Amino acid sequence: MYKTNDLILRTTTSLIAFMMLGFAIYLLIAGHNAPGGGFVGGLLTAGAVLLMYMAYGTEAVEKMIPINFTTLVPIGLAVAVGTGVGSFIFNQPFLSHTFGYFTFPIFGEIELATAMLFDVGVYLTVVGVVMTIILTIANDR
Amino acid sequence: MSNLAVLPILIPLIAAITLVFFNGNVTVSRVLTRLFSLVSLGAALYIAWHAMENGTIILETGDWAAPYGIILVVDRLAALLIVTTNLVAAACAFYAPHAGLGKKEYYYFYPFFFFLITGVSGAFITGDIFNLFVFFEVLLMASYALIVLGGDKVQLRESIKYLLINLFSSMLFVTCIAFLYAVVGTLNMAHIAERVQEVDQQGILTTVGILFFFVFATKAALFPLYYWLPHSYIQPNPVISALFGALLTKVGIYSILRVFSLIFVHRLDITHELFIWIAILSMIFGVIGALSTNNIKLIIAYNIIPAIGFIIMGIGVFNQDALSGSVYYLVHDMIIKAALFLIVGAIAYVAGTSDLRKMGGLIHYYPALGWLLFIAAFVLAGIPPFSGFIGKLQLLQGAFGDGEIILAITALITSLLILYSIMKIFIRGFWGEKDETAGFGTKSVKGMIAPIAFLLALSVLLGVGAEFFYPIVASVAQSLLDPQIYIDSVLKE
Repeated sequence: MYKTNDLILRTTTSLIAFMMLGFAIYLLIAGHNAPGGGFVGGLLTAGAVLLMYMAYGTEAVEKMIPINFTTLVPIGLAVAVGTGVGSFIFNQPFLSHTFGYFTFPIFGEIELATAMLFDVGVYLTVVGVVMTIILTIANDR
Repeated sequence: MSNLAVLPILIPLIAAITLVFFNGNVTVSRVLTRLFSLVSLGAALYIAWHAMENGTIILETGDWAAPYGIILVVDRLAALLIVTTNLVAAACAFYAPHAGLGKKEYYYFYPFFFFLITGVSGAFITGDIFNLFVFFEVLLMASYALIVLGGDKVQLRESIKYLLINLFSSMLFVTCIAFLYAVVGTLNMAHIAERVQEVDQQGILTTVGILFFFVFATKAALFPLYYWLPHSYIQPNPVISALFGALLTKVGIYSILRVFSLIFVHRLDITHELFIWIAILSMIFGVIGALSTNNIKLIIAYNIIPAIGFIIMGIGVFNQDALSGSVYYLVHDMIIKAALFLIVGAIAYVAGTSDLRKMGGLIHYYPALGWLLFIAAFVLAGIPPFSGFIGKLQLLQGAFGDGEIILAITALITSLLILYSIMKIFIRGFWGEKDETAGFGTKSVKGMIAPIAFLLALSVLLGVGAEFFYPIVASVAQSLLDPQIYIDSVLKE
């Protein structure tokens, strides 16, 4: 059987997927002060993983990223709900958020907010949902 | 603590998330489902007691004050409905393991069950109109998944119809909210009500109100918009039908009750006059549907429509008697519809068919099931000691008091025909000679009887204990008639 040689696709994929993942993390973190956030960050991450699936095939990627994407959905939901419930401990209304300024060695003073944790929950859920949809359709024979 | 108000949403949500992790293990799923449904019921009862004792519970989520953040409001009406929802959910949770779900239990049935309860509770509690839309979507998404679970050919066909009509009405819902937001510039229900009051509900607002009515009427299956309901509700497993029949249409009717007792109350001659005619037509067409068929599941599904007609009749008449009748009937109907769907589910299971012409003499094998159906028929039709009676009596008093004679007479005739349609199941299915050849009596209904009996006991209690329940319902009706109570408690002015 004739097998295509997709060397160019694979080489560029390694580079582009890496940049996409980096940009996805940037979008996730930048969400508070610039356009971005958990949703678009999650979509871009899923896009990068999907690109790897297209270039390297299912088996190779499953070896590279040994995650069951379906379980990311409840984990993401649990993180998001957990941030809401956390306010119960401090006797605040549900979903109250707080923030503080912390000084780090290299970055200097940074504002950290609990809303970020909620965004991480959204991020995980979006990655899980998108990958579950695509992989379910792809593996359907 | 004000965080109480979020518990009816939070507990089922946490339950759903937890159960996704235990999807593969049916034994653990079943135990956890029962446990969580009881915890949720306990929380709902405590919240209802708290709301009755200390007045409306308000939760400003995220500590944002009234018109700016999302407000959760548990007033007496919401508290009553939350308790009823959780009672039905608990009965269904105990029925589900015996309902013959089979492989469906491995495909996320229990998580979807709890997501449905999350959506329904959220829709009852929220004080924000866009948040109401979001919770509608939560419960509809879960219901899409539940209706198609299993993937039979008929299920796929009916779920396409169900999905399309609900998607269309959701789109219309968003459009309505956009119109309303363009006019009044706020999304908090109390704040909208205040602003609509300030401009005395001018022409455009009445138009938006009627558009809202059509959105909710599609969800609640009122007269011209009910055609999608009966066939799609009978396709899934009986326990899913029971949840749908008891909860989904009632969320639509609750939204009508809320929106047209709080926001659009300044042009009763247009909006509420429309409701009266739609109530009459819903009763007539619903009961004709119920009489037209020999499929026992379809008879019950068609019976949802006249019941919704009864409730909308009270909203249309809009006086103290009629509104308390509506609220009483709403609570009664949620319980009895769940019980009836579970009963016909059990009958169809033991008879191996849902065609009335192919069964007979079942009382010889299943006496308990037969007498439960008999009581359920009486409860539904409104025979005096049972709960259907009080609601209908109040509704009729309200209608006669307002001079709506045609409406009252239609309601009375409809009740008679509803009784006939259910009794037809009892007479043809349970009476008759013992038929040895049909092979009835081989299947056990143990485990199915207890949840049904529990629900029926509740409706009997609701009827016999009317003196205890009536003051609560009357105070709900009173607060519905005076929207200022709701506005003041939310906006704290």
